[in-house]
Amino acid sequence: MDHFPTNWGRPRNDAIDLYGTYPIHSRPGPTTDAFSDGVQRTQQPIVTGTSVLAIKYKDGIMMAADTLASYGSLARFKSIQRLHSVGEHTVIGASGDLSDYQYIQSLLDEVMIEEFSAADGHSLSPDEIHEFLSRVMYSRRSQMNPLWNSILVGGFKNGKRFLAYVDLLGTTYSASTLATGYGSYIAQPLLRKAVEGNEDTLTEEQARSILTQSLRVLFYRDARSLNKYQIATINAQGTHISDPVTLDTEWSFAEGIRGYGSQTK
Amino acid sequence: MFRNTYDSDNTVFSPQGRLHQVEYALEAVKQGSAAVGLRSKTHAILLALKRSTGELASYQQKMFRIDDHVGIAIAGLTSDARVLSNFMRQQAMSSKMTFNRPIPVNRLVSSIADKAQVNTQEYGRRPYGVGFLVVGQDQTGPHLYEFSPSGNSYEFYAVSIGARSQSAKTYLERNYEKFQDCTLEELIKHGLHALRETLQQDKELTIHNTSIGLIGEKSTLETGVISAQGSFRILENESVQPFLATMDPPRNKQPTTAPAGEQTVPGGDESMETD
Amino acid sequence: MTSIGTGYDLSASTYSPDGRIFQVEYANKAVENSGTAIGIKCRDGVILAVEKLVHSKLLVPNANRRIQTIDRHIGLATAGLLADGRHLANRAREEASNHRETFRVQPPLKIVVDRLGGYTQAYTLYSSVRPFGVSSILGAVDKDGPGLYILEPSGVYLGYYGAAVGKGRQLAKTELEKLKLSEMSMRDAVFEAARIIYLVNEDANKEKEFELEMTWVGAETNGLHVPVAQALFDEAEAKAKAAMSEDFEES
Repeated sequence: MDHFPTNWGRPRNDAIDLYGTYPIHSRPGPTTDAFSDGVQRTQQPIVTGTSVLAIKYKDGIMMAADTLASYGSLARFKSIQRLHSVGEHTVIGASGDLSDYQYIQSLLDEVMIEEFSAADGHSLSPDEIHEFLSRVMYSRRSQMNPLWNSILVGGFKNGKRFLAYVDLLGTTYSASTLATGYGSYIAQPLLRKAVEGNEDTLTEEQARSILTQSLRVLFYRDARSLNKYQIATINAQGTHISDPVTLDTEWSFAEGIRGYGSQTK
Repeated sequence: MFRNTYDSDNTVFSPQGRLHQVEYALEAVKQGSAAVGLRSKTHAILLALKRSTGELASYQQKMFRIDDHVGIAIAGLTSDARVLSNFMRQQAMSSKMTFNRPIPVNRLVSSIADKAQVNTQEYGRRPYGVGFLVVGQDQTGPHLYEFSPSGNSYEFYAVSIGARSQSAKTYLERNYEKFQDCTLEELIKHGLHALRETLQQDKELTIHNTSIGLIGEKSTLETGVISAQGSFRILENESVQPFLATMDPPRNKQPTTAPAGEQTVPGGDESMETD
Repeated sequence: MTSIGTGYDLSASTYSPDGRIFQVEYANKAVENSGTAIGIKCRDGVILAVEKLVHSKLLVPNANRRIQTIDRHIGLATAGLLADGRHLANRAREEASNHRETFRVQPPLKIVVDRLGGYTQAYTLYSSVRPFGVSSILGAVDKDGPGLYILEPSGVYLGYYGAAVGKGRQLAKTELEKLKLSEMSMRDAVFEAARIIYLVNEDANKEKEFELEMTWVGAETNGLHVPVAQALFDEAEAKAKAAMSEDFEES
């Protein structure tokens, strides 16, 4: 006898619940064929964001990204925020598919609400959030349906800085300077030169100028970038994401620059 | 056949709004031998009295390790305890897997409490017949919880469950204010004294019938290698002896001539009796 | 008619000849034996307060909470079987999360309560389950402003300005009715809530040890459901205690 009235009148699913043992609140609903809707997987990103840069500095972590969302080579949306704070100690920044990124944001939001609701004095630290993200990314790539992003996770909690990377394959690594996308080719060497060995002495102002200079170089060389960007700081005061700032750039004829025009020496 | 009209299954409220089946399940916990838990600012400990069915039988297992930072002592149906402790281990592993975080102890306890609640509400099930004391250590320090078949869980400074646990509770209530600042050795001594209160008239604590579970830094009386954070470990047999030796002679029993240390050494066959 | 011994009161799926479902009424009895919980919907927020009866002095104070958080902005206080309350809270969290996932907005309280009402009612339909032995007070501030509801074991839910469930609810209601709740500030409401909890304890559970537990959500908390700030809590509790001893001297 099946004693659960909600099962009456529909066939028992022996594969899932042979003895009708699920309590009402967790009972499996009617199952549909896994292939009934066809199988859809992400094969390429559609609306994308370009590089994210992040460095360690004296007081914490600083992260930067421009505000462009490209549709192929079209500069489709010019004021999209790609930096996102998660709780009080962590900021994430993503390049790659922006709809996947929005999904990741809501996933994290749900986790953070669960943590908040527990109201027991425990909160997720930056490294735990990074671990969670890496599990999600690796799980999705293992289903051959990746979330098409490279993400930087920066955090500061209990006096400790945290900076790490995770991408659509579930690959993770950590360093005192990180960059995604085009930035990993163009900006990373500049960041390394400026930051490595100076993590504990760089002031906020210096860190900001290093990132700004790198963004400027990227804007000159990366055709999917924009001269409008935001900078996030994560330190003992918590997280802060700046309003969009415009880069000052120089586009006049390069006659004054050595190697161009009449001045060749 | 039934004691009253409203106790035949757990989907029936009595006219007073009580759940008799759940109350009977709480009685099953009292059938098991006693377990005591205590907490200081630095440590959380468990002590339990093991029974043996006869001279040829080994003593039962009263404590289980869940994770590096969590351990439990049980009273009641051991098989129910196995199911629930396996579930706890899964929860702990899942937290390590997804967040690389040792699961917060209160959430672990709540997860089995929520599981137990379902068994008090649906027909064709019975409430679990086992109670747990859970000790653990997390970001918010050492903790001690009681879990019971009703689906309730509470955090305590000190508590006891199982047969004659009321006597232990009386001892704990008299002394609990001291526990917070106790050293580990003092805390265990208090625990042993509380556990002793649950013994039958002619019985005493021996290295065979006493288990001690600890979380927190190593005691000087402990042997063996213990991790720096002081992960959960269970002391049994010879490892218990140094702690039994610290006990004061029993207050309410006949004064004996033997010194305190000797008294707790297992005295021949007597201690092997079934309980 | 009386219920006991008729056989009409053994299952939630049985009506008595005069159309009552006794199992649901008995579930209410479980609520009535419990410590009082109250809620106040004031000008710019909601206050929840419970009289948490402490059954052992070995319990860690403030550790075993009876008011739970459902979403950032929703709180739930229960009276009745504690474990049932946790079950219901978990379900409420799922419903809130589900609504958020579908609509990508902060779940409005009335929708969460409605879904929870449906869930609770399902447990009054079958002999294979028993109803929930809890009455819950849900409070939140959402896009419609402050909201306060009581959800009963029958699945019935109603909105209130001031809510009270549990043993001392009659006196608590009388006290709440004297107040101009909708003009009150959150801070003033905290004082009233503390006072009422102390008052009903004096009246109904005088001999029992208890602990006051209070949470709030609204303008003062940036829209989050959190425990009342410690300094304010202490002040309100001290004032409530003082009021009690004054009454004692008068009588």
